[in-house]
Amino acid sequence: MPLITYREAIKQALDEEIQHDENVCIMGEEVAQYNGAYKVTEGLWEKYGDKRVIDTPISEAAFSGLAIGASCLGIRPVVEMMFMSFSYVAIDQLFNNASFCRYMSGGLMNVPIVVRGPANGGTNVGATHSHTPENMVANHPGLKVVCPSNAYDAKGLMKTAIRDNDPVFVMENTLLYGEKWEVPEEEYLIELGVANILREGSDLTIVAHGRCAMIALKAAKMLEEQHEISVDLVDLRSIRPLDETTILESVKKTGRALLVEENKPYCGVDAQISHLIQLKAFDYLDAPIHRVSAIDAPQIYAKELEDWQIPNEERIIEGALKCLA
Amino acid sequence: MSAAKKKSNATATKAPSAGDAIDDFQQTPINAGLSREDKCKLYRTILGIRRFEERSLQAYNQGKIGGFLHLYIGQEAVAAGVVSLMEENDHIITAYRDHGHALAVGMSMNECMAEMFGKHTGCSKGKGGSMHFFAPEKNYWGGHGIVAGQTPLGAGLAFALKYKGLKGCCICFLGDGAVNQGSFMETLNLVSLWGIPVVFVIENNGYSMGTSLARSSAEENLAHRADGFDIEWDVCEGHDVFEVREYANRAMSRAREEMKPFLLEIRTYRYRGHSVADANHEKYRTKEEIEEYKKNKDPINVLKEQLVADGSLTEESASKINLEVKTEADAAAKFAEQSPVAPRSEIQTDVYWEVDNDTNNSLKGTYFFND
Repeated sequence: MPLITYREAIKQALDEEIQHDENVCIMGEEVAQYNGAYKVTEGLWEKYGDKRVIDTPISEAAFSGLAIGASCLGIRPVVEMMFMSFSYVAIDQLFNNASFCRYMSGGLMNVPIVVRGPANGGTNVGATHSHTPENMVANHPGLKVVCPSNAYDAKGLMKTAIRDNDPVFVMENTLLYGEKWEVPEEEYLIELGVANILREGSDLTIVAHGRCAMIALKAAKMLEEQHEISVDLVDLRSIRPLDETTILESVKKTGRALLVEENKPYCGVDAQISHLIQLKAFDYLDAPIHRVSAIDAPQIYAKELEDWQIPNEERIIEGALKCLA
Repeated sequence: MSAAKKKSNATATKAPSAGDAIDDFQQTPINAGLSREDKCKLYRTILGIRRFEERSLQAYNQGKIGGFLHLYIGQEAVAAGVVSLMEENDHIITAYRDHGHALAVGMSMNECMAEMFGKHTGCSKGKGGSMHFFAPEKNYWGGHGIVAGQTPLGAGLAFALKYKGLKGCCICFLGDGAVNQGSFMETLNLVSLWGIPVVFVIENNGYSMGTSLARSSAEENLAHRADGFDIEWDVCEGHDVFEVREYANRAMSRAREEMKPFLLEIRTYRYRGHSVADANHEKYRTKEEIEEYKKNKDPINVLKEQLVADGSLTEESASKINLEVKTEADAAAKFAEQSPVAPRSEIQTDVYWEVDNDTNNSLKGTYFFND
């Protein structure tokens, strides 16, 4: 099976979907002639031209709203946010119009758009460019949000997102773009709302999403080797819809849960998951649920400190030991 | 009459600048061909909007309609005139003062009134309310509550027409307050840059809520802003439906034919407050100002006079139309009153298309989190 980067996997998904459906088009800042700020769309403009791959001015509100309006008439735009942080200037379009038009029209409209782009910190760029808004998106009924942790998932989830008839946010990660995973050559899709067990274990459940799932995988190996702790690692893949069943089955098996995310902790995704576990697996718990999230402050610029602010192997191991204390 | 002066930049194709010279807009080509029935239909539409809103105000004051009620009274000729020009591939979208546009595209008084009453029989099943009427099958895309939030959507509808190679345009209405929103200015740049067939119609009623134009916009000639984006613009008065039709036709034809945006400012007036909750509307403007407009420029009176003068209407037939639309509005209120509220289970429908349609895509995972 070919080993390809996360970036290449997303590009393959976009390429295949442009070919699959004539209404799929890509728009965003620098996506066409510049080949994408992070080169995710490299070569697509050359291959498909101005109609399908469209450079926009720096006007997130206008081009997000335009994509929403166009989707009402059957176009399926994939909107790139150079950083998901930049979606904040388009919040009215994304969180009022994309999410609520269907509802407010009593189901007469639907908005089949994809909003994709990197949503991560750890890149030494300070607070304004390091947002992880998957919790905020998930807080808006009408929106869906996925956080692929690896190239295989990124491709399969992106293709599903583009074919989905509701608005889907795909949260990518600049620190993953250059990493490689095995991705089959034949076409595949990954359903939304299905978590992935990255590692089976019996002592502790770790629930994570996005790049944190990969860090947790490394931490799980260290926990096994250094502390003889066997970790069952659930990679959520999809935040809304959420695979509650897989989370609960794992917790019922291990009796302990550590929730890991790069989000800030207050009202983060894991606040919801913690609630879910206490509600539906209360009698199975042998210890309080613990969380490892970004340390609760605006994202700091200084590299050494930011590397500590967001979850890393060391902090995850620390959290795991608390669960087993 | 139009006071517009076209921009000096001669690179773009301009609409004929004949407005200043026109005394009788009934005689321009787009209007001269109207049959007696067409004209009476315009009268019925304008009068219907007025009577519908008067009845809805009554229901609001009786506590039967909740939330906000942004009345269009005084501005009716704008929606009626513009919508009367729509062709098969034309679409419209507007802001929260949306009742007039909804009725003009042919939505029924029943579904609109019931929506305001929050009933299951409403156009949005009671999920949208007064500000959020929709009828996609009539190419009417709402009804949007956030000032200028609909302007990029309007651009998107027009973008889709161009993408699909369809000859048409999207008419996107906005108020004079919306011109100061960033999203609108971003959108003006985008549609000009990409050659998108959208006609922005600024319904300038002089007040963005309680703030007059002079106190909210540095350049009071709102359409002039189009110059900064290399977009053609024009200005006309909104009380004479034939004048509205003349100018809107130029803008819409140009958008359809040349795949270019257009900015049309239509000067109009609302008799009521920003919303019914705006009880201060006689404090930020004088009673005389309101009465003056009502007396000289009421769109119903103006049209009635024109139609009686050219023989399309008699006092008798006008009264008959009036009675018919008033009866229809009363019946709509009765229909709304008697309609049921949607069952509680409806709170969680119409959220996700895939869930509503029970597709394979909706089988996995939890979509709603209630406990």
